[in-house]
Amino acid sequence: MSYIKPTFHHPSLKPNKVGYLKKDYRGVISTLCAGCGHDSISGAIVQACYEISLEPHKLAKLSGIGCSSKTPTYFLSNSHGFNSVHGRMPSITTGANMANKDLIYLGISGDGDTASIGMGQFVHAIRRNLNMVYIVMNNGCYGLTKGQDSATADFGSVSKEGNANPYQAIDLAGLALELNATFVGRSFSGDKNQLVPMIKAAISHPGFAFLDVISPCVTFNNTKGSTKSYSHVRDHIEVTSSLDYVPFEEEITIDYPEGESAKVELFDGSKIHLSKLAPDWNPTDRFTAVNRLHDAKSKGQILTGLLYINPESKDLHSLMGTSDKPLNQIKQKDLCPGSTKLEEINNEFR
Amino acid sequence: MEKEIIVNDLVVRFANVNGTGSASANEMFAKSIFRMGIPVTPKNIFPSNIQGLPTWYEVRISEKGHLGRRAGIDILVGVNPQSLKRDIESVSPGGYFVYDSSKKLHEEFIRADINYIGIPMIKLAMKHYPIPRLQQLLKNMIYVGAVATLIDLELDVLKGVIAEQFSAKPKIIPSNYQALELGINYVKENFKYPLNVRIKRCDNNGDSILIDGNTACGLGAIYAGATVMAWYPITPSTSVAKAFESYCKKLRIDEDGKKKYAFVQAEDELAAIGMVIGATWNGARAFTATSGPGVSLMNEFIGLSYFAEIPVVLINVQRGGPSTGMPTRTQQADLISSAYASHGDTKHVLLFPSSPAECFEFTINAFDLADRLQTLVMLISDLDLGMNNHMSPPLAWDDDKKYDLGKVFSAEDLEEMKEDFGRYLDVDGDAIPYRTIPGTHPTKGSFFTRGTSHDEYAKYSELGEVYLRNVDRLSQKWETAKTLVPEPEFYQKDNRSNIGLLFFGTTTYAAVEAMELFEEEGLMIDSIRVRAFPFHEQIGKFIEQHEQIIVVEQNRDAQFRTLLINELELNPSRLISVVNYDGMPITAQAIQSGIKEKLSLGIS
Repeated sequence: MSYIKPTFHHPSLKPNKVGYLKKDYRGVISTLCAGCGHDSISGAIVQACYEISLEPHKLAKLSGIGCSSKTPTYFLSNSHGFNSVHGRMPSITTGANMANKDLIYLGISGDGDTASIGMGQFVHAIRRNLNMVYIVMNNGCYGLTKGQDSATADFGSVSKEGNANPYQAIDLAGLALELNATFVGRSFSGDKNQLVPMIKAAISHPGFAFLDVISPCVTFNNTKGSTKSYSHVRDHIEVTSSLDYVPFEEEITIDYPEGESAKVELFDGSKIHLSKLAPDWNPTDRFTAVNRLHDAKSKGQILTGLLYINPESKDLHSLMGTSDKPLNQIKQKDLCPGSTKLEEINNEFR
Repeated sequence: MEKEIIVNDLVVRFANVNGTGSASANEMFAKSIFRMGIPVTPKNIFPSNIQGLPTWYEVRISEKGHLGRRAGIDILVGVNPQSLKRDIESVSPGGYFVYDSSKKLHEEFIRADINYIGIPMIKLAMKHYPIPRLQQLLKNMIYVGAVATLIDLELDVLKGVIAEQFSAKPKIIPSNYQALELGINYVKENFKYPLNVRIKRCDNNGDSILIDGNTACGLGAIYAGATVMAWYPITPSTSVAKAFESYCKKLRIDEDGKKKYAFVQAEDELAAIGMVIGATWNGARAFTATSGPGVSLMNEFIGLSYFAEIPVVLINVQRGGPSTGMPTRTQQADLISSAYASHGDTKHVLLFPSSPAECFEFTINAFDLADRLQTLVMLISDLDLGMNNHMSPPLAWDDDKKYDLGKVFSAEDLEEMKEDFGRYLDVDGDAIPYRTIPGTHPTKGSFFTRGTSHDEYAKYSELGEVYLRNVDRLSQKWETAKTLVPEPEFYQKDNRSNIGLLFFGTTTYAAVEAMELFEEEGLMIDSIRVRAFPFHEQIGKFIEQHEQIIVVEQNRDAQFRTLLINELELNPSRLISVVNYDGMPITAQAIQSGIKEKLSLGIS
């Protein structure tokens, strides 16, 4: 096993519009198990950020605790990162976002970190429509503590220990929809073609963009009876639509056949093109999404793709009416009311 | 026999039912006395309830300027049938019981050693006002008018305060005046007035203000440049948030009408402090306010702030513990749990304000210290200081003062740097490293913040020597903190006694008065008021210089004494403890008798 990551890159890989090579988006070498789904998601994040020409220092990556939450060291080394405490990434991100509305916030969490210990903060971040990308690397188990079932483990799913899970699963995408999250997608770590454009679209979305990414745990939950194993997911995946993300001002180079695709324009002028695989799919219709999700679940299918987007989304700063200038950039002279004002205040109390 | 006339030294207590509007009437009463130049100390003694339970409002009037609570009630205004019996029992012999005589007082309530003054409050109210809610509210003004007359409160002053109170609703001023007159006239027609306990205008209040500590903390945060407040409602700290928000609405709106602040009511205290940590990590000044139960919930994040070295300002308005305890009573019982909050080896900077002016000043200090030391700083207030109005020096701000934002590298600094940036590298010997704010520079200064063990470059490491270097530097930083925190205050120029009195926070009022009581008896005691943890070196010296140290505090287990013994490595037998922990603010009398008992001095 090599501990030093090679820095060479393929000579054909060109710098992107902001002058960065793809390697500039990488992190240190992963210490996760070989074949872990999480590493593929890290790769998709690198790919997405490179392709949309995001300057790495304009993104902050934050996480909780667990295997998933270790991944932010494995991508975007030029971004500030914060590996916080278990289940509390949303509150750290909320505070960070309040301080500076101009950065992109990428939150990484796991199914334990979100669906159990962090459930409270997760749902409240949705409620506030915090402007962030929230990725759950969902493997249905606690990896770092050796494979206990998590709250997203499906009913009846058999873990490595051989016991069928007797509890109902929490469907995080379904929950996010129920709570009026303004962007909800589900993907699979093994489907990079779907995941990369979905991450790009999530970054463009002005509000809470939730991505539930099924990411098999090769060590503890890739067994025959598990519903989150590579083979089970591949066999049961049901894709709502294939998706293309077209950044603002970029020319559309692909031909989208009339009547077979849907276009969603995002707040920043970027567009998402969805090629309809599922009939009657309207990604801006929350009720259809909820119904389809239940329908797929009852058939044992794993529905992936962009499930829902609200193009009218208004993020927390808009809801609160904070100043256009990020709060962390306002100087003392514009924050401190001064002694004359204080004397007036003193007089209120005399 | 004529009673001795006592001027400007009395305690008036109002016994009310909560939710009946009595609090604002009582506050106007206290403020009017304050405006007559006489020092006052009002205390609101309230239940954890919205409507229907007993509540008391106690006003101590002291020309000498004693601002602590005093035992003994000279005039009790009892308008709550639920607490009538206990209220009557609480009146000092020779004192007065003012009651609603709309109904005859039962014989069992008659004490021979006190005076009864019956005012038919509800009868008068019903006669003049048709609406029940109005009868209720104006009944309060009837007794205020009656008591004002009984103690010789200047009517013009009272009317002025009423007019200001209702300046937003001028329509209701005349009915309040009328109710006041009903009380005044009833007293004038039926009783001899003023009573032998009475007040008289003096000029002892100077430029003082009458304000609660929580409002002063909220204002302090605004003056300190805090832009993010995250909090979760909890008595008795909620009004810090309320003050911050309401003054921000006046003082922090930009030219486009947008807010130069973010005010987030979090889902719980864990999220509240998480938001603060996220915001300060990202370069804003941020804070939270809570009480003991909230601090307990915040413990994990407090450890992160300590270990990852992220500034946090936390205002802890203590209440009676443990558990839910006495949520509307006061104590100083979160000392050890604050000083060493969170698992592992942790210590935190605590500031102990004792007046609203210090709440303001120390809140500002807390932001500077948190940024300078890159750690959590807790302002230790309490319910008494936070929620009661206190006579205080005015809030002060020096326009030449610049915020100390601590050691932060700018883009220019990073650009000029030849060596690699090390987030936890002590480059200049004070054990405080430089930090960078996300988004500062495209290629330099990024690092990974973590609560796991890390090296000087913020890289994960479980190597023993790396861990030791880091935590030992944190210990050294603690030594730096000792030189930066507010120094203690002394109450004598030179030592004059072998006994030293040590106190902090709201115990100060009663302790200072107790010292005077001892002086009147011919016993001089030296005193020191501690204003911060870690303990400044002068505190150790003061203790060394005295044979016997008396530590006065408001908790059962003498937690402050424990902190002193632990941090200064003192022989416990040198520290005598006087404590009060019944939930009511400590009195000078309690301190005096406690000290006498402990020292067995037998002072006559």
